[in-house]
Amino acid sequence: MEIGVIFAGFGGQGILLAGKVLAQAAMERGFEVTWLPSYGPEMRGGTANCTVVIADEPVGSPIVDRPQILVAMNGPSLERFGPRVAPGGMIILNSSLVKEPSVQGNARLLPIPLNDIAQELGEVRAANMVALGAVVKVLGLFPLEAAAEALAKELGARGREKLLEVNRQALWRGFALA
Amino acid sequence: MKVLLRGNEAMAEAAIRAGCRCYFCYPITPQGELVEYMARHLPRHGGVFLQAESEVAAINMVYGAAAAGVRTMTSSSSPGISLKMEGISYLAGARLPAVIVNVMRAGPGLGNIAPAQGDYFQATKGGGHGDYRLIVLAPSTVQEAAELVMLAFDLSDRYRVPAMILADGMLGQMMEPVELPEPIPPGRIPPKPWALTGAKDRAPNVVSSFDLDPYRFREILRALWAVYREIERNEVRWEEYATEDAELVLVAYGTMGRICRTVVRRARKEGLRVGLFRPISLWPFPYAPLRRLAERVPVLLTVELSAGQMWEDVRLAVEGRAKTPFYGELGGVVPTPEEILSEVKKHVRG
Amino acid sequence: MSVVETKVPAGFVPVYTRPKSLSDKRFTYCPGCHHGIITRLVAEAIDELGIQERTVGVAPVGCAVFLYEFFRCDFAQAAHGRACAVATGIKRANPDLIVFTYQGDGDLAAIGTAETIHAANRGENITVIFVNNQIYGMTGGEMAPTTLPGMRTVTTPEGRDVRTTGYPLRISEMLAQLDGPTYITRQAVFDVRHVQMARKAILKAFRNQLEGKGFSLVEVVAACPTNLRIPPAEGNRWVKEQALKYFPLGDLKVRD
Repeated sequence: MEIGVIFAGFGGQGILLAGKVLAQAAMERGFEVTWLPSYGPEMRGGTANCTVVIADEPVGSPIVDRPQILVAMNGPSLERFGPRVAPGGMIILNSSLVKEPSVQGNARLLPIPLNDIAQELGEVRAANMVALGAVVKVLGLFPLEAAAEALAKELGARGREKLLEVNRQALWRGFALA
Repeated sequence: MKVLLRGNEAMAEAAIRAGCRCYFCYPITPQGELVEYMARHLPRHGGVFLQAESEVAAINMVYGAAAAGVRTMTSSSSPGISLKMEGISYLAGARLPAVIVNVMRAGPGLGNIAPAQGDYFQATKGGGHGDYRLIVLAPSTVQEAAELVMLAFDLSDRYRVPAMILADGMLGQMMEPVELPEPIPPGRIPPKPWALTGAKDRAPNVVSSFDLDPYRFREILRALWAVYREIERNEVRWEEYATEDAELVLVAYGTMGRICRTVVRRARKEGLRVGLFRPISLWPFPYAPLRRLAERVPVLLTVELSAGQMWEDVRLAVEGRAKTPFYGELGGVVPTPEEILSEVKKHVRG
Repeated sequence: MSVVETKVPAGFVPVYTRPKSLSDKRFTYCPGCHHGIITRLVAEAIDELGIQERTVGVAPVGCAVFLYEFFRCDFAQAAHGRACAVATGIKRANPDLIVFTYQGDGDLAAIGTAETIHAANRGENITVIFVNNQIYGMTGGEMAPTTLPGMRTVTTPEGRDVRTTGYPLRISEMLAQLDGPTYITRQAVFDVRHVQMARKAILKAFRNQLEGKGFSLVEVVAACPTNLRIPPAEGNRWVKEQALKYFPLGDLKVRD
C-alpha cells in the first residue's frame, strides 16, 4: 500500500501545514510517511504545494507522479495537478474559488466550499483544515482524532493553541462533507 | 520514539548528538533549516553557533576549531561549497577532522535551488587543489542522513580526514519519521594529542599543510595516502535491493537511490527482474561489490541527477563486464519513477 | 640551525637574552627587514605576561610563513588571508587560549580584508599583529594594497599609478570606525624610541585579550629593503621619510 496525496494552492493558504499535519497523524498511527514541499525564493504569495506519501513499507520515491488524492485550493492547482491524478483517484476542490472546474480526467471530483465553511467558522485561514478533514475521510486509514492530535501538537509547537478549537471544528466539517 | 523531521533538521540534531560543539555557516538555500536549527539548539548544548561573513570565513573557522580539538561542522549548498573548497583542501592537508554537509542544488553557476547531484566529482575527486580525498557519505532517507552525520564525525576523528555528507535539496527539505541516534557521551570522543591546547608540559603542536621540501612533503603525503588506502579497505558502504535474480540493476545514490527503489518495486510488479545497487560511501566507492555484481548481471543502469558523474566510477568498477547505460536529468529536474521505468524497459524484457 | 652561544665575559651581566617563548630556530627574514624586531617583540610580550603555555599563534602566508618554527607555542598555519577566521575558530572553541595572528599587508589588507574587518566588527577576543611593509615580499616584490603612490614594484614597474591601481589602503583607520574593536594602533620600529612604543602597544594588545576586552590590532609600519632594492640600513629611513607620510603613527582607537 502506498498512497500519494498532493496539497496545492496559493502561498498563505496553509498548504504545507495541512500536509505536515497529515504526515504527522499517519506517522503516529504507525504508517511510513514522507512530506515533500515545493520550495522557492518566495516566502509569501506565489504558489505552494506539498506531497505526502503514506505507505505500509518504507517510502521510496517522495515524488508522486500519480496522486490518489489532490487537494486543489485554487484554480491553477487544479489545472496543474488535476490531469495527473490516478484513475479512480479523488480531487478535493475548493469550490469557493473554482466555480466551473475545467479539468476532467478519470478522477472523481469532490467540490467543497472550503473558504465559505472556514468563513462560517469565523477563521478563513482554517480552509486548509476543512480540506484535511475531507482527506482523512477519503483515505479511511485512521480516525479523524489522529489528525486533531497532530494538529494540536503542531499548533502547540508554534504557540498558536488558541486557534486549535476553530481548526478542530474545521476538520470535522470537512470530514462530514466528504 | 520517532519524530517527524526535515532532512536538514535531522542532520543538525544528529551533529549535536555526535558532540559537534562548533558550527560555522553562511546562509544558502536549500539548507536554511539546518542553519536555523543550529542557531536555536547548539548554544543550549554549550556549543558555538557563528554566522560568518562568507563561506570562505566559515570553513576557516572550522579549520581553527578543528585545530583546537573540538568536533566541528559547517553546511552549505553547491555554490557555497565551491567557496569552501580552498579551506577543505587545507583541512585535508593539515589532517584536521571536520564534517561538511553539502545539500546539493543545480549548477553550474547560480543555477537554481532544485535538487541535483552535479557535485559528485567535486566531492569525490578533489574539488580543492592538491592530492587528497574526502570521506563522502550519501544518505537517501532522513533517518540515514542522521545516522551518517554521526558516522561522519566518528570516521573523521578516527582517520583525521574531513568527511562530507553529500545530500541534495530534496533530502534536505523533505520530512520523514526519524528515530534519532543516542547522543555520544563526551568520553567516547577520542583524545586528540595533536590539537592546539597550549604547549604546557609538552613540545609545541603545529597544525599545518606546509612543507617546502618536496621529499619531506612526499613522505607526509605517502602517510596520508596510506590512511586513504586503509579507509578504502574498511569503510566501503553500499546497499543492494532485489539484486539476487536481477537482469538489470539500477545504480543510484542519495535521493535518486530511493526513487529507484520505487522503480524496482513497480518493475517487479510487472514481472521485470530489476534490482538496485546504492552506494552509500561515494568515497571510498564500492568498486569491488559492484564488480562482483557485474559478473552476473548483464545491465547496470546508472541513474543520476547529473549528466553522468558517478557513472564514470561505475564504468571503472565494471570494466566492460556488463553493459553500463546511463539515464540522467539536468538542471534540478527530478525524473519520476514512471520515467525511469520506461528507460528500464528499453534494456530489459519481462 | 641553532643560535650561536655567546660567552658572557666576567663582570658583565646579560640584559639582552633570547625570549623564552622563541625557539632556537634562527629567523629567516632578510637583512634589514623589520619582521625580526616585530617577531621578537611579540615573544617578549608573551614572556612578560607569562602566557607561553596557553598561547596559540596563527601563521600567515607571506614572509612570516615560518613563524611557527620561531616560537615555542602551539601554532596553526592559515590559508592566505584567513588568519582572523582561523583565530576566531580556535578562540571560540577554547576561550582559555590566548590567540594571536601575525599577518602582512597582502594577507590582511588584500585577500583577507573581509575576514579581518568582520573579526574586528564581532569584537573577537584575539590579538592581531599587522606588519605593513607596503609590498608582497615573499612572492617577489609585487604591489600591495598599501604600496605608496609612485612606488616601483615588479607589478608597477613605472610606479604605482593611483588612477588605475587605487590608493594605499589605510586599514587601521577603517577598522577604527567600527564599534567592535577595542584597540587599534599604528606603530613603527625604525628607531629605539619607536621600538619601545611598539613593544608597549603589542603588550597592551595581548593584555587586552587576557582581560577579555576584545579585538586588538597593532599595525607596524615596516621596511622591506630587499624588495625596495635599497641597502638594509636604508630601511629605517624609508619608513620614517616615505611610509609615514601615508601611514601616520599613533592610537586610532582605544577603548578601556
